[in-house]
Amino acid sequence: MDKVTRLASEKGVVIFSKSSCCLCYAVNILFQELGVHPMVYEIDQDPEGKEMEKALMRMGCNAPVPAVFISGQLVGSTNEVMSLHLSGNLIPLLKPYQPFS
Amino acid sequence: MSTWVENFKSNGNPNTSAPIIVEVDTRLDNQVQRILLMDRKDLSANTNKKQIQRRLAQNREAARKSRLRKKAYVQQLETSRLKLVQLEQELDRARQQGLYVGSGVEGVHMGFSGTDSAWFTAFEMEYGHWLEEQSRQICELRNALQAHIGDVELRILVDAGMSHYFELFRMKTTAAKADVFYVMSGMWKTPAERFFFWIGGFRPSELLKVLVPQLEPLTEQQLIDVCNLRQSCQQAEDALSQGMDKLQQTLAETVAAGQLAEVGYNPRTGTAMDKLEALVSFVSQADHLRQETLQQMSRILTTRQAARGLLALGEYFLRLRALSSLWANRPREPT
Repeated sequence: MDKVTRLASEKGVVIFSKSSCCLCYAVNILFQELGVHPMVYEIDQDPEGKEMEKALMRMGCNAPVPAVFISGQLVGSTNEVMSLHLSGNLIPLLKPYQPFS
Repeated sequence: MSTWVENFKSNGNPNTSAPIIVEVDTRLDNQVQRILLMDRKDLSANTNKKQIQRRLAQNREAARKSRLRKKAYVQQLETSRLKLVQLEQELDRARQQGLYVGSGVEGVHMGFSGTDSAWFTAFEMEYGHWLEEQSRQICELRNALQAHIGDVELRILVDAGMSHYFELFRMKTTAAKADVFYVMSGMWKTPAERFFFWIGGFRPSELLKVLVPQLEPLTEQQLIDVCNLRQSCQQAEDALSQGMDKLQQTLAETVAAGQLAEVGYNPRTGTAMDKLEALVSFVSQADHLRQETLQQMSRILTTRQAARGLLALGEYFLRLRALSSLWANRPREPT
């Protein structure tokens, strides 16, 4: 879906979220701890939210939110982000977007 | 024909109503009565006698078979009774080990259907078996390390140990979907273990704190990797903890606003029921973090170090459980 890919490329780190989703909040907190300020897009507040949800699932996200994009590429949901971080592979992806690294 | 046979065949459940012995006797009486009421004009003295004797023989046979069936049924009752006693003993043993087995806190089971509490007991039994296997594996690891067996055989033990933990996470996923509060309460664990509980299990950062001192000496690279793992683990844990705090906060808000279920739905915060669904995801993420931590450690360490690590971890939890027993059985001052 164009809207999703467009929004995903708008900033280095983008999180598609829902305003009631606390797991999305947790993922955002993690990025903040790593010195990154993601753009958080609440799809439940978008009139095309349902379409976006379907698009995200089609792109391979098993839970529609949180859907994390880094450098315009889909990284995945909470599972993928956590695995990447513990294996030490998340920070290298974030290097360009950490203001004081 | 015979009530004995019907009840015997239906199911071995001792809870079904017992057949009444009296029925057999009345049938015998009926048969005797039938002989006496037979149409006299059909009978000559001889055939009458033969028929009576035949009938009496049949009655004796029927009574004999009836007695055999009764004996078999009673034996079956005895076996069931013994089994019941055995099950009660197992439950008592589990209670003594500090495992919660549904006594006392009856509130947890209020409103559950029969199938729900059956699942509950089944999980505890499965967990009991998991613990037994864990003990066995720890002994095997200890012996293997003392005997200085080769890396190839040690690797098999390490892989088995890791798989065993992953098996627990799988069990917990199923349990969390059935009753997330149960998993989060930690009532299936001993009190001392429960003290350290974090979202349905042990803290991954705690795991590393227990393991690392047991693993020295580590190489330069290993030290760096372990340090990085500790940091990322802590960060992930903090993020999930803050997410949980937010969940608690918004749950309180929705309950205060009376938004329990679909009625009065506020799309911004969702309903209280939605929040509780989210709890399942949190437990899942916490277990995922535990699994990833174990896997990363396994990647960083040599086979021998991983074996020592698994042994240290297993012994740590064993001691926590022993502590729970000690505490439960401590001499108390008379009140």
